[in-house]
Amino acid sequence: MVYLTRKAEFAASHYYHNPDFTPEENRRIFGKCNNPNGHGHNYTLEVTVKGEVDPRSGFVVDLKQLKETMHREVLDAMDHRFLNKEVPEFSRLIPTTENLAIVIWQRLAPELKAAQLHRVRVYETPDLFVDFYGEA
Amino acid sequence: MKAYLTRRYMFSASHRLHSDAMSAEENVATYGKCNNPYGHGHNYALEVTVSGQVDRNTGMVCNLVDLDDFVQREIIDRFDIENLNMLPEFAKTIPSTENLCTAIHEILQRGFTLAHLQGVRIEETMMNSFEYAGNAEMRR
Repeated sequence: MVYLTRKAEFAASHYYHNPDFTPEENRRIFGKCNNPNGHGHNYTLEVTVKGEVDPRSGFVVDLKQLKETMHREVLDAMDHRFLNKEVPEFSRLIPTTENLAIVIWQRLAPELKAAQLHRVRVYETPDLFVDFYGEA
Repeated sequence: MKAYLTRRYMFSASHRLHSDAMSAEENVATYGKCNNPYGHGHNYALEVTVSGQVDRNTGMVCNLVDLDDFVQREIIDRFDIENLNMLPEFAKTIPSTENLCTAIHEILQRGFTLAHLQGVRIEETMMNSFEYAGNAEMRR
């Protein structure tokens, strides 16, 4: 089994707010991230796929296809967007880095054919990242 | 859904690698420049990984403010700009980065109860890093 990781960057804004919480609870739990005008990050995405090396091509996955899938499913949808308002999943989910990793996994997993998705890693800043392995 | 959250912290400290169980020659042979009696320092990068179910109400594995407060109080405030050899953790243990990993893991394991500790990783320099996950496998 060989693992291959492809990196991408996107910039987006978000804010954290749960409509079931009172305004005071929202401010206490989410702090500055509760500002409804949003704030932004340069996100770095690392997508790791795994599989056996195809003896004919020497590839685990066609990198061009992986890159195109990441572009279509993630970058086109999220780059230079306000995640809460422009990405449908986040109309009901809080766009934390945890949920972002899960949503990106859910968008990519059904689109990948030859190789199997192993890990989605999302860096919100260089000193904070979340890994999701598709675990329930 | 289970996710793994990693937070990176920096601290600077000095240390000297020296074992009382070895002769002076053995210490020099084993630790080389790191045996210099005056000590030397590093900018350490510490990565703490916690894991757990993403809370439906908050979208979080654990609130970063809680993790940051704990690490600041129990680790950074105690280790940053200090001589590691002088800390109680290293009174009997050599402050190698291996032992620094297990010492920090123990502090977190004992005191941070708001999420499951998955493991710690420390970069001593840009060229070497160490990881410890207790009895568990390090998740990559």
